[in-house]
Amino acid sequence: MFKYLKQLTSLVAMVAVLFTFTTETMAAKKSKTLKNTQKKGFVRCGVSQGLPGFSNADAAGNWTGVDVDVCRAVAAAVLGDANKVKFTPLSAKERFTALTSNEIDILSRNTTWTLSRDADIGLTFVGVNFYDGQGFMVRKNSGYSSVNDFKNGISACTNLGTTTELNMRDFFNSKGISYEPVTFEKADEVVAAYDAGRCDTYTTDKSGLAAQRIKLSSPDDHIVLPETISKEPLGPVVRQGDSVWEDIVRWSLNVMIEAEEYGVTSSNADSMKTSDNPAVKRLVGAEGELGAALGLDNDWSLRIIKQVGNYGESYKRNIADTGILPDRGPNELWTKGGILYVPPAR
Amino acid sequence: MNIKKILPQLLTLLVVILIFGFFSYNAQVNMENRGITFGYGFLSQESSFDVQFSLIEFDGSHSYFRAYLVGLLNTILVSVIGIIFATIIGVVVGIARLSNNYLIKRTAAVYVEFFRNIPLLLQIFFWYFAALRALPLPQDTEPMFGVFFLTIKGFFVPAFVWNNLDVFIYSLIAAIISILFIRIYARKKQENEGIQTPVLSISIGLLIILPLLSFLFGGVDASVEIPVIKQLSQSGFTYEGGIKLPPELISLALALSLYTATFIAECVRAGVQGVSKGQKEAAASIGLTPNQVLKLVVMPQALRIIIPPTTNQYLNLTKNSSLAAAIAYPDLVLVFAGTALMQTGRAIEIVSITMLTYLTLSISISIFMNWYNKKIAIKEK
Repeated sequence: MFKYLKQLTSLVAMVAVLFTFTTETMAAKKSKTLKNTQKKGFVRCGVSQGLPGFSNADAAGNWTGVDVDVCRAVAAAVLGDANKVKFTPLSAKERFTALTSNEIDILSRNTTWTLSRDADIGLTFVGVNFYDGQGFMVRKNSGYSSVNDFKNGISACTNLGTTTELNMRDFFNSKGISYEPVTFEKADEVVAAYDAGRCDTYTTDKSGLAAQRIKLSSPDDHIVLPETISKEPLGPVVRQGDSVWEDIVRWSLNVMIEAEEYGVTSSNADSMKTSDNPAVKRLVGAEGELGAALGLDNDWSLRIIKQVGNYGESYKRNIADTGILPDRGPNELWTKGGILYVPPAR
Repeated sequence: MNIKKILPQLLTLLVVILIFGFFSYNAQVNMENRGITFGYGFLSQESSFDVQFSLIEFDGSHSYFRAYLVGLLNTILVSVIGIIFATIIGVVVGIARLSNNYLIKRTAAVYVEFFRNIPLLLQIFFWYFAALRALPLPQDTEPMFGVFFLTIKGFFVPAFVWNNLDVFIYSLIAAIISILFIRIYARKKQENEGIQTPVLSISIGLLIILPLLSFLFGGVDASVEIPVIKQLSQSGFTYEGGIKLPPELISLALALSLYTATFIAECVRAGVQGVSKGQKEAAASIGLTPNQVLKLVVMPQALRIIIPPTTNQYLNLTKNSSLAAAIAYPDLVLVFAGTALMQTGRAIEIVSITMLTYLTLSISISIFMNWYNKKIAIKEK
């Protein structure tokens, strides 16, 4: 008797699991953000107010950068056209509120992934598209060659409301150096104040330092010190509570990185359909049903690769060729000595 | 009683309650969906960020509540400085606009038209970045009177280092209390016997003698600490010791007072012109000098016209001080609604506290100015 009861319960449990599973997949096709995006016909993407290499608008209003490319990839996957993105430039202070209050659907704005941001304020980080760390820029004629040369009373310019502000305190405290933090809301004002001589050093993510350096009146008079004082994994963020949308953004980014790993580029993507490697075939939609799992068609990843390119192409186009950071450092694939490693798309 | 009168009011009240209810319910649901909690508990957490300029001791080991106090005090500081300077400049320019001297009159008019017609934020940027570009580096500066150093990193002034400061403060309090008593006594004496007492000279005497006694017998001692230049790197310098006023504070106070002064100047002009010409002529005809006419006849009447609109300008200045965030002056908006908000993510809580704080500040200024307005109003007997 008891034996049968046990079997019966496991059967009921299995049915229950199956039932939740089907309702889950039904919910997948009913993702609110996905539905709204398809209805509107464009992806609403929050970017920076101008950080060359990451998200920067030219005179004609065309946005470029590796952060911008994440949003373009999502647009290519969801809407079939990488140009169907509406970009909203946001300050560091505004960015999270804009996302949680439904102003934008993806925040791709060199944002550091931290525990409190991920868990506490209604956000979900979906991955890392740039591994960065905080550094210091100083004037060449200061003679500083290392952060160990810093002395009591040094003034440091930086952005308001960033992890930079907290790292800076941790760093100077651990060195026992008293310092003067000068924090501005916009990056342009930080650069202007540092350039004028208000501060002895300018501190932010090293990629940011490299990108902002071109805005200084004489970039060659400034150097970035070798030390990195923090881990700054930068990546796209979505609102908490729409796991389907979260998956779409996560895998749009992962596909770009995996495409580079398998040598699939925007120019050879079509010909890869007949590749011998099943992993490559899955990437270009010639095998498997990966799109359906996300509530998309099966060409979603092919469109990303064809229209936006793989991660390596995006990096080269936006960061290396513009002279910002020609050396990929940690942002090289794990197979080539970097730490870019994404779960397999299968 | 009279339902026709009460009903619309009740309905209005109901609608207002419903609207508030709808929005707070919505906010609750939305926050729950995104896993955001609500509460003011974060105020006691460690803030873990530093602030460049603070009137009370503060560093990252203090709480968010203390960060709030730091921002609030900085807002009050720049507002008070701004109000004082705006009033002085405003009164001078307002009277200058009525001058008979053509050059003075036109200069004042040009000043008013120029500064009140340019957006304040632009002026703040102008004063900040222009000042930054124009001020000398710490090592190049020429000291004023040998002890004041105006540099790009701030205005360094000497500080007093006190021994037994409390005794000195008690002596000042004692002086002020005795002055108050003497004034009451003097007024009574004048009312009863018609004899005037030289209150002013007695007051000044007390204010000098009592603190002096505290120096001689109370063990009070003050020495002056002069800022000293310090080398940070081969090309970088700063000053140590003394008091440092950051350039952000100076340029913000400058921009706020120059901007608001134009409006106050117009209030003053309107007030003086609002006093009828007959009053001045009558005062002159009984032999008052022009100065006496202004002080005893024109000003008391003009003030009644000047005070209410000037109160508005004081409120504007206080609220405009929130533009400080643009130039890194750590006011309430930058420290609390900026950094603290970003680090905690408590948008609703922090914005609500900030709004309430500005409301309280503005209402306090209003209450004070209304009290002053009543005090100088004509008392009809």
